[in-house]
Amino acid sequence: MSGGIAAWGAYLPYWRLQRSAIGAVLGSGGGRGTRAVASYDEDTTTLGVEAGRRALAAGPGAGAVQDLVLSTPDPAYLDKTSATTVHAALGLGRACGAYDFAGSSRSAIGSLLQALALSGPGVPPGPDVPAGSGTRGAAAGRTTLAVVSDLRTGLAGSAEERDSGDGAAAFLCAPEGGVAQLVGRGAASDEFLDRWRVPGETDSHVWEERFGEELYVPLAREAFAAALKDAGISEGDVDHAVVTGLHARAVKAVTKGLGVSEGVLAPDLSGMVGNLGAAHAGVALCDVLERAEPDQVIAVLSLADGADAFVLRTDEALVAAHRARAEAGIPSVADQIAAGRDDLSYAGFLTWRGQMHREPPRRPDPERPGAPTVHRSEAWKYAFAASRCTACGFRHMPPTRACLNCRAIDHMQAERLADVPGTVATFTIDHLAFSLSPPVIGVIIDFDGGGRFRCEMTDARPDELSIGDRVSMTFRRVWTAQGVHNYFWKARPLAGAGATGHGSENET
Amino acid sequence: MASSGIRDQVAIIGMGCTRFGELWDKGVDDLLTEAATEAAASASMSIHDIDAFWLGTMTSGVCGVTLSKPLKLDYKPVTRVENYCATGSEAFRNACYAVASGAYDIAMAVGVEKLKDTGYSGLTGIRAVGDGTDPGLSSPAAFSFLAPSYAHKYGVDKDQLKEVMSRIAYKNHQNGARNPRAQFQKEVPMETIARAPLVAGDLGVFDCSGVSDGSAAAVIVRADDAPRYCANPLYVKALSFVAGPAAGPIDPAYDYTTFEEVVRTAEDAYAQAGITDPRSQLAMAEVHDCFTPTELVLMEDLGFAERGTAWKEVLEGTFDRDGDLPVNPDGGLKSFGHPIGASGLRMLFECWLQLRGEAPPERQINTVGPGRTLGLTHNLGGAPGEGVSFVGIVGTERD
Repeated sequence: MSGGIAAWGAYLPYWRLQRSAIGAVLGSGGGRGTRAVASYDEDTTTLGVEAGRRALAAGPGAGAVQDLVLSTPDPAYLDKTSATTVHAALGLGRACGAYDFAGSSRSAIGSLLQALALSGPGVPPGPDVPAGSGTRGAAAGRTTLAVVSDLRTGLAGSAEERDSGDGAAAFLCAPEGGVAQLVGRGAASDEFLDRWRVPGETDSHVWEERFGEELYVPLAREAFAAALKDAGISEGDVDHAVVTGLHARAVKAVTKGLGVSEGVLAPDLSGMVGNLGAAHAGVALCDVLERAEPDQVIAVLSLADGADAFVLRTDEALVAAHRARAEAGIPSVADQIAAGRDDLSYAGFLTWRGQMHREPPRRPDPERPGAPTVHRSEAWKYAFAASRCTACGFRHMPPTRACLNCRAIDHMQAERLADVPGTVATFTIDHLAFSLSPPVIGVIIDFDGGGRFRCEMTDARPDELSIGDRVSMTFRRVWTAQGVHNYFWKARPLAGAGATGHGSENET
Repeated sequence: MASSGIRDQVAIIGMGCTRFGELWDKGVDDLLTEAATEAAASASMSIHDIDAFWLGTMTSGVCGVTLSKPLKLDYKPVTRVENYCATGSEAFRNACYAVASGAYDIAMAVGVEKLKDTGYSGLTGIRAVGDGTDPGLSSPAAFSFLAPSYAHKYGVDKDQLKEVMSRIAYKNHQNGARNPRAQFQKEVPMETIARAPLVAGDLGVFDCSGVSDGSAAAVIVRADDAPRYCANPLYVKALSFVAGPAAGPIDPAYDYTTFEEVVRTAEDAYAQAGITDPRSQLAMAEVHDCFTPTELVLMEDLGFAERGTAWKEVLEGTFDRDGDLPVNPDGGLKSFGHPIGASGLRMLFECWLQLRGEAPPERQINTVGPGRTLGLTHNLGGAPGEGVSFVGIVGTERD
């Protein structure tokens, strides 16, 4: 057994905006292809949760995670840690650390490299501990879930809006059970102004792009060369190369002169989902891992305020990982690209992103949930843990102390149902309830194995829903009130099972 | 259910009811003053002759001072009660028990709600600080689950069920058009009802009760004392109230075609009143038609129609003002809106008028007569499978 990436998962939101829809409204701009759009009820935290769930659905699983890092340039909160939200939604252990790497896009690749470095053969030894001997204590390898997430908007009509996309990726990096090992890395840093955003601003500024290109190209070449040298390989040994960065022109220039063999470059996904920013390298790496074979070399090069490169080598365990992922029904990046739904209107997109202020229903604004109330229901609200009566087996959602069926009190066992699918018993369309994307679809769900629950349905159109439809649960930001984000689970069509035909082949 | 009831122990000797509607020029104090003084005058007494008060309101005030302050009551007990949409009936029920116990000779139940000051559509609830996991569906949405479930269970075509729903709204507006206290006093054509914009599910605007302000009150004394105040009092035959375990939203067996809370209160109330065939023994019923499918389901839960047949009976006119069993002859929530605390007592007010032959001729029902002297009032609070229910029965004769 060896360390490295033991499991991975990518999450691309369901919705796509056709770039031509932008030009159709604004009279100019737009273009070809589509970009991935996080729904109105998603943010970088929820995108991260969905990616994390997929990384934990096969492989070592949630119980193995010792640290969680969440990296995004668009954190849901400042001061407050968002990784704790992801931690809670994934049902990770109380002893597991949870840290945000928030701010610049470069933090994302940095967080993944830290997680890899701590997990693999490259464990940095402590002052008195020889390398490789540490299985206990501070110098031991840590099983770390690294989550990278981004939600990218830009002003209406901007290239940023057109070319960006939303998504997340997660990698479980473990000292044992890895399927791809870190065998080399290189970095190059420089201080220059290419892309920036002052805290509080929603849109990025960029300098004239030829300036950045001139600086990025040598930085990238240096980092790439250093990583190959560190791994003891040459360009010709690379089987899969991923080159990403928000400076598209520089990425293109670097890609051209990379020196790798033909067919080695991983497909650029940005035509279909947009440039996913801090999450792009991660999602592209997931895509490569889903197609790679044992004993292959994967090189990742990321351009962000300098350049970072790392080299992974896959091993035999990759075959078993592929099989386990298929059995668990984890959708691949390719599945998700194929499943995207591209009939989102530009007006809908602008509304979701808060760029168009629409008339709200004449109803009270939602009130922020109370901190103590939320904390008391943490296992339900975040981990989606129901309770099952140990006396009669009846399942309660939300969890209760008294059993509805046999009236026994305090004979309950917690059961996490986040990954259990259900069936729509009945549903309604609510034109009166508050939502950023009215009308609200209310569904009554009967879960496989018992339990009925009433909740909101998302990633669905009202006219495409039927009684008997299969659904799965998804973690969403229900609303934000007085600066407090209210997260909870909603139902969504179970991909591949619904009548809509828009789902991917299989999904958790 | 283990309830003995207080059949014929107390009687209503006076009632008052304000106009219901968007009463921009009246506050809670005005509404309470008008309903309470009208009720006292109807009982030929002053408000200060009353020994104790039960005030029902959900959102228009807390504590007894809500009533004692505007009326300048002279240090009398005022109990403020709340039980969702059954709030008004709950005030009445508790006032009856207080008199039956002998604790007070004369009690008043008064209900009020001032909804139109909020500026919102529909009702706005009051709730404890939440954890944000409630799906936040509106009341119309919660009740809209009934229509497709009923149609599915009994094989009723979707369009036909819409006609049934429209027919219920049509009937109630027909009645409300003959009631000077109603919020809406106009008949509404079937096509207008059926084609109204959707609010939730299959429910259009006309399938929902309105939002209004209003107040109503009743004066209660021991039945033995009633003839001293009133030549034709209404005797309280049954009072039943339950709060359910909120099974509906969590029980996979619940099919959204019945309200178990209503079934239980109906059984209890009929037992208290000695009723074996409500459809023929009751002269009228005022039921909680918050939404048209609610009234449809209630016809079966209250035993007015066999399971799966109420939709036909609705179309046949069984529950029309001149039908076998008039339901909501005053126009119901549909015509009155639903000022929560007032609704239960407003229903009782219609029984007060109809059973005693005091309703205006244009809406007097013809079912009242020898051997048929009973009226039923019903409230349902909460949502299907998750709420409270009240059933009360009053009559003009003491057994």
